[in-house]
Amino acid sequence: MRNPLDRRSFLRIAGTSLSIGALYSVFAPLAQGARGAILTRTLDELNGEAPGAFSFIQLSDTHVGFNGPPDPLGTRAFENAVATINRLKRRPELVIVTGDLTHDADSPDEHAKRYQRFKEIAGRIGGAQIKVVPGENDAALDGGAMFREFMGPTYYSFDHRGVHFVALDNVSSGKPAVGPAQLAWMKADLARFPTSAPIIVYTHRPLFDLKPEWEWFTSDGDQVLNALAAYENVTILYGHIHRENFHQRGTTNMYAARSLIFAFPDPETTAAKRPAPFDKDHPFQNLGLRRVTGEAGGGGELRIEDVELSMNEYSGTVGVDQILKHGKGDSVDE
Amino acid sequence: MNSHNQCRTIALALTLVGAAMSTGSGSGWSPQRVAAAEQPQVIEIKAKKYEFSPSHITLKEGAPVVLRLSTEDRSHGFFVKPLGVDADIKPGQATNVAITPDATGEYAVICDHYCGLGHGNMKMTLTVVQ
Repeated sequence: MRNPLDRRSFLRIAGTSLSIGALYSVFAPLAQGARGAILTRTLDELNGEAPGAFSFIQLSDTHVGFNGPPDPLGTRAFENAVATINRLKRRPELVIVTGDLTHDADSPDEHAKRYQRFKEIAGRIGGAQIKVVPGENDAALDGGAMFREFMGPTYYSFDHRGVHFVALDNVSSGKPAVGPAQLAWMKADLARFPTSAPIIVYTHRPLFDLKPEWEWFTSDGDQVLNALAAYENVTILYGHIHRENFHQRGTTNMYAARSLIFAFPDPETTAAKRPAPFDKDHPFQNLGLRRVTGEAGGGGELRIEDVELSMNEYSGTVGVDQILKHGKGDSVDE
Repeated sequence: MNSHNQCRTIALALTLVGAAMSTGSGSGWSPQRVAAAEQPQVIEIKAKKYEFSPSHITLKEGAPVVLRLSTEDRSHGFFVKPLGVDADIKPGQATNVAITPDATGEYAVICDHYCGLGHGNMKMTLTVVQ
């Protein structure tokens, strides 16, 4: 019988439950089953706190204030995602939003209204802490001043059930960069953890050169990734690219989330960065969230399922036409 | 176009030179003492929300050139990853980028300093021919 605590198994299971899949929702199964209990105790001894079973959701690029084209429905997908979260049987303890909460506005007053609207919609999520980082639409023109006023600091860290979360700001300098001060802060923040600690970093732009000519990169992302390379269980979540993507460097896994406003095309197959056209028969195509569940017992395979955004009261061509007929797709203060 | 291949094949003499050099004064750099064949061509590029003007330039492989970048409205960026160019353009001062391209190709230039709602469309192309 294989030793359940051999290194390979340990890392695989830790990686499975804490840095898994596309992680839009994660159910950590470590505490279940005899084998899971042993692993939980081991992680507790190594890291100071045992990872507990919990779930969280990642949302991204809600762009509150944007109102077509290509998406004339404004905040409908965001509101629908919130309703979807509230219907989940296993409620998330955290909801992480990886930037571009708001769409940039010509005036500060209008931008402030969009922040208020974001908070109003996100505030409908029941029983979960909301954690956010800025996108360039939120923070690049004013150095993050309005973001800090409405949402709090642009970078920070916290611990939740034995997992260390690090929020990075790679937008508010105006350029796609983290900057030396924040990089030094992150290194100091992580220094107290053993290399086995489960770490989840979330930020807006990709930290690797996904498509530099589309501004899908962070200029000093290599320095961030090099600093994280010493840790064995690192997951990075980001947005900005309005589509799913997976990238791995060493043991670090990086996942992009879909947007809640419109989708961008695949840069591998498309020359031009143009949003996918709106399809009123499938108004939420390529938008939304994805849930990943781990099976009980600590070592199970992951089950990844798309959570389709539905809008029954407006579904289908007729329903969307009704929305469009009323002039605006949402009630954003514009 | 594969940027890694480009990085391997392109060896650019790239320097950022100050505004003093661009005016030929105050730095000891004297246009008169340099042979005509060594003088780089100077190309003016103006940046403003949300465009570069001109939107396309053609350079010759192996020929040194200075891109003189300027803006009047706000700060912008001039970013060409395959060429290793990442320059800031600030109002009131010229930014000069000296390059000698030695590989042909077409390169996308983007503003990488967020400048407003149309920022994503602020780009130009740089073509290097034999």
